[in-house]
Amino acid sequence: MLDQLATNGHLIAHGMDWTIKEGFVYPNEFIYWSIQIVLYPYMTGLVAGAFVLSSLYHVFGQQDLKDMARFSLVFSLALLPVAMMPLLMHLQQPLRGIEVLFTPHFTSAISAFGIIFTTYSIIVLSEIWFVYRTYFVEQARALKGKSGVANTFMRGLYTVLSLGAWDLGEAAVAKDKKAIKILAGIGIPVACFLHGYAGFIFGSVKANALWMSPLMPVIFIMSAVVSGIALCMLTYIVIMEWKKFTTTLAKGRGDDSVKLIKGAEIDVISKTSRYLIGFLIAAITLELLDLIFRGYTAMKSWDILRSVMYGKDFINIFVLQYGFGNLIPFILLILPRLTIRRTALALVLVLFGVFMMRWNVVIGGQAFSLSFAGYMHYVMPIIPHNIETFKEGLGGALLVGITPFVLFWLINKVTPSLRFNN
Amino acid sequence: MKCSRRSFLKKGLGSAIAASLPLSSFKFLSPAEARAAVGDPAVRWGFLINTYKCTGCGFCVKACKKENKVPYDLPVTRTWVERYVVTRDGEAHIDSPAGGRDGYTDPKIEGKEIAAEEITKAFFVPKLCNQCQNPACVQVCPVGATFQTEDGVVLVDRTWCIGCGYCIMACPYGVRFFHPVYKVAEKCTFCYHRITKGMKSACVQACPFGARQIGDLKDPDDPVTRAILTQRVAVLKDEYGTKPQVFYIGLDENVR
Repeated sequence: MLDQLATNGHLIAHGMDWTIKEGFVYPNEFIYWSIQIVLYPYMTGLVAGAFVLSSLYHVFGQQDLKDMARFSLVFSLALLPVAMMPLLMHLQQPLRGIEVLFTPHFTSAISAFGIIFTTYSIIVLSEIWFVYRTYFVEQARALKGKSGVANTFMRGLYTVLSLGAWDLGEAAVAKDKKAIKILAGIGIPVACFLHGYAGFIFGSVKANALWMSPLMPVIFIMSAVVSGIALCMLTYIVIMEWKKFTTTLAKGRGDDSVKLIKGAEIDVISKTSRYLIGFLIAAITLELLDLIFRGYTAMKSWDILRSVMYGKDFINIFVLQYGFGNLIPFILLILPRLTIRRTALALVLVLFGVFMMRWNVVIGGQAFSLSFAGYMHYVMPIIPHNIETFKEGLGGALLVGITPFVLFWLINKVTPSLRFNN
Repeated sequence: MKCSRRSFLKKGLGSAIAASLPLSSFKFLSPAEARAAVGDPAVRWGFLINTYKCTGCGFCVKACKKENKVPYDLPVTRTWVERYVVTRDGEAHIDSPAGGRDGYTDPKIEGKEIAAEEITKAFFVPKLCNQCQNPACVQVCPVGATFQTEDGVVLVDRTWCIGCGYCIMACPYGVRFFHPVYKVAEKCTFCYHRITKGMKSACVQACPFGARQIGDLKDPDDPVTRAILTQRVAVLKDEYGTKPQVFYIGLDENVR
């Protein structure tokens, strides 16, 4: 029966569809971790980065990030379920994924996922609740007595969301503020943990010459913060430009409100970009240190690693990741007289650079055989011909990429995070 | 009775946790069942491969695939045989088409014909799970679906594996893969279902030259143990600290 299936072509070994082998590769070796595992640390990184950005305001009182803080907090909530999505999509038994939470095996780095992820979710959700409690109560009260299904529904929703805490007295609001500060404070190390442990998942695989490095978790945290800040800034720019556009249409180009939006936008962006540059420098320094150290110590695996880094993956690593993803945006951001357009270009490049870093770690780590005598090449499935090639190809990647923006749109209906001009 | 919101939430949370633990999650095993599940601590299964005796016929791979129902025509396999041909320039040419299942009848390696006078040495190396004393695959399994029995064999629980592939990544020897039918991690078990009933592993039984042997390393009189103790043997990739329990006689430095 099994043999029949195999010869009829109904059966394939996982990875056969997108792996090309070259030289001597063990028979069971394929690209087992593909695009979804590239997206997993990428998405987790965006979550962690967005949260750290909002905490910079709440904990350290960085007043220049005030407008950004609320937005990035809500955005990190939208990203949260998406951090889990690629993991589920990549599992061969997705319905058993919940076992990681119920029967964790604590010597595994992945088992920490349940605990850290749950802790982090609780922190983000409760911080948002404290930030928006006043708003929930106000809305529920304002909608009282208004007719219409939508109004009734929203009033019900806000009433539930207020959790029965209706007190808007000075003391109660002050307590909210204190709680936000404490939660944001705890949240920073937890966000770093959430992402650092993603780095640990790779860094602790001793069988993989490229992954195994104690620097991996720190590199992941730094690039996470970089990508999180960049995505928040970029989304902020897009939304502000849209607001500016609609206001211009409604009130004309010369209206004061248009100028107001413009001024606020460039102010927020130039201030936030300073933090971005700082984290970008830290990330590049660590990555280069790792690279130089590998070359200098030249362990057994260095021959094959060198041939991958300087040969097969040269374009991916040195041109796309370091060149387009790090160097060019760095220059764009430090040049004087920063404009929105230039920043937007730099941000897109930064996001692309961090994505390429994840790609070069995950796919690059499987580009060479454990035999050190052969190579594997990942060909991302574009047009799927079965569920596997959808999940581990372009389709699955796009699904994961689009979801946070859909979620943000939904969440933002309940907790508006972009009330800049009130 | 007074029930504050706090105590209501507290009690509600407690009841929810209690309700989520059904009785069926507890299972009572008879002592015999428990012993069978964890293996016999008085035994430590080990493997001995004499590379001088291997001719690369591929009978072991065939037997393994049939015995363990690994789809015959797919490239994945629990055991395989590698061919090494070293030429005068010191270069090692290595291949293992279809895991060596059909034997090595073609002198071409990777499509290249190597002239006989260029060859200085050539040999075959069978590979299988090393049933490590310190298995990296067991360490990284997030749900404990793969485990080491008391008699030293690493197994996978097909009803529990979530198919994340972390164990496949963690194995330095590349012995693990996803079973194309069961969609869970799959590996050589030394034919645990056979050896625990007094039979030999399928590959050992199929080998016409006695290149593969299985034995109990805790028994000093076992032929395998005696050979390991008295002859010069080596293991694969000991630098990973996994303490492999498959020993090789005549292991060449070119072997990967």
